[in-house]
Amino acid sequence: MTVEEQVKQIIMEQLNVTEEECVPEAKFIDDLGADSLDLVELIMAMEDHFGLEISDDELAQISTIQDVIDYIASRQ
Amino acid sequence: MKKRVVVTGLGTVNPIGNCVSDTWEGICAGKSGIAPITKFDTSGLRTKIAGEVKNFDPLSFITPKEVRRFDDFIIYALASAEMALDDAGLIIDETNADRIGIIIGSGIGGITTIEREKEVLLKTGPKKISPFTIPGALANLAAGTVAIKFGTRGPISCAVTACSAGNNAIGDAFRTIAYGFADAMISGGAEAAVSPLAVAAFNAMRAISTRNDNPEAASRPFDRDRDGFIMSDGCGIVILEELSFALDRGATIYAEVSGFGSTCDAYHIAAPPPGHPGAVRSMQLALQEAGMEPSDIDYINAHGTSTPLNDRYEIEAIKKVFGDHCRKLAVSSTKSMTGHLLGAAGGLETIISIKSIDDGIIPPTINLDNPDPECDLDLIPHTMRKKDIHTAMSNTFGFGGANAVLIFKKFEE
Repeated sequence: MTVEEQVKQIIMEQLNVTEEECVPEAKFIDDLGADSLDLVELIMAMEDHFGLEISDDELAQISTIQDVIDYIASRQ
Repeated sequence: MKKRVVVTGLGTVNPIGNCVSDTWEGICAGKSGIAPITKFDTSGLRTKIAGEVKNFDPLSFITPKEVRRFDDFIIYALASAEMALDDAGLIIDETNADRIGIIIGSGIGGITTIEREKEVLLKTGPKKISPFTIPGALANLAAGTVAIKFGTRGPISCAVTACSAGNNAIGDAFRTIAYGFADAMISGGAEAAVSPLAVAAFNAMRAISTRNDNPEAASRPFDRDRDGFIMSDGCGIVILEELSFALDRGATIYAEVSGFGSTCDAYHIAAPPPGHPGAVRSMQLALQEAGMEPSDIDYINAHGTSTPLNDRYEIEAIKKVFGDHCRKLAVSSTKSMTGHLLGAAGGLETIISIKSIDDGIIPPTINLDNPDPECDLDLIPHTMRKKDIHTAMSNTFGFGGANAVLIFKKFEE
């Protein structure tokens, strides 16, 4: 699976959303119904899956699915 | 002027059944819900049995995301509240939401969540702790989560009085309506404390049964060979309404709540005092509020935990309150079948007491093979009895010396 597919898979599981909703520009809070606690849990799942650590400053820059994909690509 | 309060909806998840009809059918048939623990490895624990909720599908009520977020005691409350609201036919909307409230008690709250996250903390460090740890652990989050789901915006609270939490919740909800602070209340108790830590801790107190070789016979209230209570999980929720509010919307009324008695032993953290004067006073206060004489009570759903001390002193207290009438009324402990749902016991036993009035059936005390000579009342051994029940009293007593007694009666206009 590509990074994009893996990211979408985790988001679908964590936020209980469909593949169709997981477009790159989808915003976690505005479009995918996440609250701030969901976002923390989602990022923890990403960290576990990709074996990296995302700082709170970096987290503040992430609001869409594309942001996550770009971030992970930049770290690999 | 105090208002009349009626019960219009019931909902439950418990070791006997995952709805009111299955539960009541099981209770009337004398079915035990106690079995070996399946939730975790019981190696090393002295007690290996409990009343777990079985074959329950949370996805019938909530989303997979919510299942992951919430502790089981919250999930049981969400499911039971939905069933109770459906049963009552009560729809919460903009016109009534501010006048509908919630009081759901819990003895322990999300202890499983706390145990799981403590393990994460020790194994992988603080950065991996779930952001849902605190919302999963707080005892009042059963009430809070039910409020969010159904949109009630009236009073909210949570009784945390150990094994009397359910009755304290319903008693307080009753008075919230009776004194005009709400038109309807969602109330009861929720618990999911069957966990390695809680079992080990109750074992350390020598409070729970170790009859591991015969789970169905382990909860034996009033029996000579009882050796402690059985921990159980589950929830019991009732919908209470102010009488005219219920009548105006054409609700079906199960029964009327007529009295509540709440006292404290101020004696010992866990044990009741000889003769249990706190229980005596709580039964008397409930009768007083109901405007009833002791001879008006037909049935007592006893606290009857199956611990050596509780059962003996509870019978002593009943004899003191009821005098000669104690030989005429029926007393049973449905914990013989359900086990002890701790803070949810009052919720479930309120439902059982109301069904008893509604159906004219006194549920049995199973496993009562050799009654303790000191427990010499009509304890309905082994099989249920058909009898017209006009009034039922439900007793609950909790660690910390909390005593909470409710009285229900058949509804008459």
